[in-house]
Amino acid sequence: MKRLAPYRIWLVWLAISGLLAAYFAYAVQTPGRQSAFMPGPVTHAHHQIELKCVACHAEPFKGRAGIQEACLNCHAKELKAMDDSHPISKFTDPRNADTLAKLDARQCVTCHTEHKTEITHPMGVTLPDDFCVRCHSDVAKDRPSHKGMAFNSCATGGCHNFHDNRALYEDFLIQHGKGDKLTAIPRLPERNLREFMISMEYLDGKPVDAASMNGREELHPVPRLVAEWEHTAHAKSGVNCSACHQAKDASGKLAWIRNPDHTVCASCHQEEVNGFLSGLHGMRLKQGMTPMQPDMAQLPMKDGAAHAKLTCMSCHSSHRFDTRQAAVEACLTCHDDSHAKAYKASPHFRLWHEEISGRGAKGSGVSCATCHLPRIEFTTPEDERRILVQHNQNDNLRPNEKMVRSVCLNCHGLQFSLDALADSALVSRNFQGMPDKHVDSIRMALEAERRGKRRKTSDGAAED
Amino acid sequence: MRKLLPLTAIGLALAAPVQAADWDYKDIADALHSVMEADRTVYTKLIINRLQNQEKVIKASEHWKDEKALVLPAQMFRYGSEAVAEKGAKFSYSLLSLWPVNKQNNAKTAVEKEGLQAVLKGDPYYKTEVLGGKKYFTAVYPDKAVAKACISCHNDHKDSPRNDFKMGDVMGGVVLRLPMN
Repeated sequence: MKRLAPYRIWLVWLAISGLLAAYFAYAVQTPGRQSAFMPGPVTHAHHQIELKCVACHAEPFKGRAGIQEACLNCHAKELKAMDDSHPISKFTDPRNADTLAKLDARQCVTCHTEHKTEITHPMGVTLPDDFCVRCHSDVAKDRPSHKGMAFNSCATGGCHNFHDNRALYEDFLIQHGKGDKLTAIPRLPERNLREFMISMEYLDGKPVDAASMNGREELHPVPRLVAEWEHTAHAKSGVNCSACHQAKDASGKLAWIRNPDHTVCASCHQEEVNGFLSGLHGMRLKQGMTPMQPDMAQLPMKDGAAHAKLTCMSCHSSHRFDTRQAAVEACLTCHDDSHAKAYKASPHFRLWHEEISGRGAKGSGVSCATCHLPRIEFTTPEDERRILVQHNQNDNLRPNEKMVRSVCLNCHGLQFSLDALADSALVSRNFQGMPDKHVDSIRMALEAERRGKRRKTSDGAAED
Repeated sequence: MRKLLPLTAIGLALAAPVQAADWDYKDIADALHSVMEADRTVYTKLIINRLQNQEKVIKASEHWKDEKALVLPAQMFRYGSEAVAEKGAKFSYSLLSLWPVNKQNNAKTAVEKEGLQAVLKGDPYYKTEVLGGKKYFTAVYPDKAVAKACISCHNDHKDSPRNDFKMGDVMGGVVLRLPMN
């Protein structure tokens, strides 16, 4: 032992190094323990999954290609659905090699780099504000109205987005620009899953009740739960206990599931579950992590709800599946920011209150879900159309003009909608009052239309 | 050993990659374009011109999704070209014009400018060009007004820089690029 004494310091060093190496080897492979490897905080969009490095970095050593693949795994579908104004194919065309040299938009990370909080702008953009000008500096040549505009006003003025311009393109502004504050009959579209399931013969749609079922007494059904179920759309459409609680196990034998999870819901509500897993409520589940909890959120949440676990049942409460409860009270159980707190004093809530108390017409109330989990038209894998609830609460939110088409225009005119969404103080007050901002794009679009008509009548004379 | 030699020769012959030895860049470009042009003409005549102009059962519109209308022939061509790009094909193509409705479809490179001018006479134009450090064989083919739908739409569009197109006019060109080497 004495002989080792001169090397003691080296032995200590070796032991500490060994322990550190072992810890890092363990940490890098263990989701939830990877914070030691984080080069900086990630954005609001991804912070929930930041401790699972491979969610974005794919396989180790796959580099940029792996990151791009991970971006597209989650975001490709929505980019396609929004008719992305700057698709990758625009930048891979050799004729646009000069554009590509200015902005390599083939890679998402060119504009959206994570772990760089100090240079992250709204929408997770990490480029300087002048990125539009790199390619569109001569815009005033075709659009004289744009002469002299500030280089950073394209998106901040409420006129353009890099990806989603479905509610902002010129002809859309012209077509909808003359609308009033309110449309003639402000109503939401109605959901039609039941009709769809029956028309596809997935369900016969015949109602069931407890009395008509060959009860599995050995499972000791709780009378209160059975009574709750009897009042649901499930019972009225013939969805009995075993539809959710029974599935084939690995050996192919039917087994009872005590607590069905989202994969069971997905057997009938696939697209709703897809939406849930894509948004901030379900993205951790999608990555195979533990469910999201309000205490992980960056938005203000109620203390009492800090440890609630977000699954389908958090908002829909098993057996009752009350969609009205899910549309307002479930949200307010957790959310505690100024917009949420102001909701119950808003004109939207007044309409909702009228509807649920039976005085307002069906589809005339405006709940939290009306705007944040909107009813949208969806083409099913069977190529049928149905109206469903988009359960990705972020799908129409950032930037908020994405909400105009799927939500606002059901009840409001385009100008009013754009102005209201551009007024962040009004949004914070949950739309109590009138917009202070004015988005000028409709005026400019109508002007461009008039100019086009003048030019046509003067038979090809030069533009003004 | 005597048996092995011919067998080896056969093996080598089978292992050699299949080559279209007599095909040069121009032939490949011409072949690709003939398919594009044929499909485009069929769509314009049998779908757009028939349903919109002759039988008047449905409109074609730039905003086909919003207006529940048919996709314009130029859009159909572009979506096809984008799908080809997304598949990672080695070649690329686009429909350009000296008088484009969408300004992005204006001639941009020197060869495009020269080519679009040249095809106004009715014949294709071929040249090599270097873009982003890579060499391409670029072919430009005249794109003619084959149906009334072509000219009425372009002559009436508020963003169209020209509104006196007539049937048979060269309205633009298909630019097709094959990477060389």
